[in-house]
Amino acid sequence: MADFLLGAAGFVLAMVALGLVRTLHGPSTVDRIMAAQLLGTGGTAGLLLLAQEMNLPAAVDVALILALLAAFVSIALFTDAAQSDANRG
Amino acid sequence: MRFALDALTIFAVAAGAFFFLAGTVGLLRFPDALSRVHALTKADNLGLGLIVVGLLFQTEGLLAGLKLVAVWLLALLAGAAVTQLIARIAQAGGPRV
Repeated sequence: MADFLLGAAGFVLAMVALGLVRTLHGPSTVDRIMAAQLLGTGGTAGLLLLAQEMNLPAAVDVALILALLAAFVSIALFTDAAQSDANRG
Repeated sequence: MRFALDALTIFAVAAGAFFFLAGTVGLLRFPDALSRVHALTKADNLGLGLIVVGLLFQTEGLLAGLKLVAVWLLALLAGAAVTQLIARIAQAGGPRV
């Protein structure tokens, strides 16, 4: 059971790493915001899996904070993108 | 009973991981920004949601389960808000109407 959770956590984090490729190639800032959002969610999922697998309840709190901060990252990137659009528009 | 819970967990976490795969592949392969947002939300809500449901079967105490659901609700709320913002910017890029 624990090995399965570890494998799932590894798989989810590998998917997130794959998704970050979009950050490199992303034509527009929107794609980079999306990759950051996926990183936040994937990181949270991975942390939750690891918390259960290693019987570490503190990691659930870390996942809670990561989920919260990921939202702020996306909003900050969005505000910056909206600003630059406004200046250019 | 123990086996049933483990089986349910394995099934739900595997489904959640599959949606992460689908969302990530969609994020990479879809041509348009708005369709990528669509793929992203699948990975966000369904992937994380199913993984949390899978983990709920494993938690001992009620408090631990409630905390997991709290993480999920927060991610759901944040994801919904951010996706709306992303769609607004993507739409502002070029009205294709």
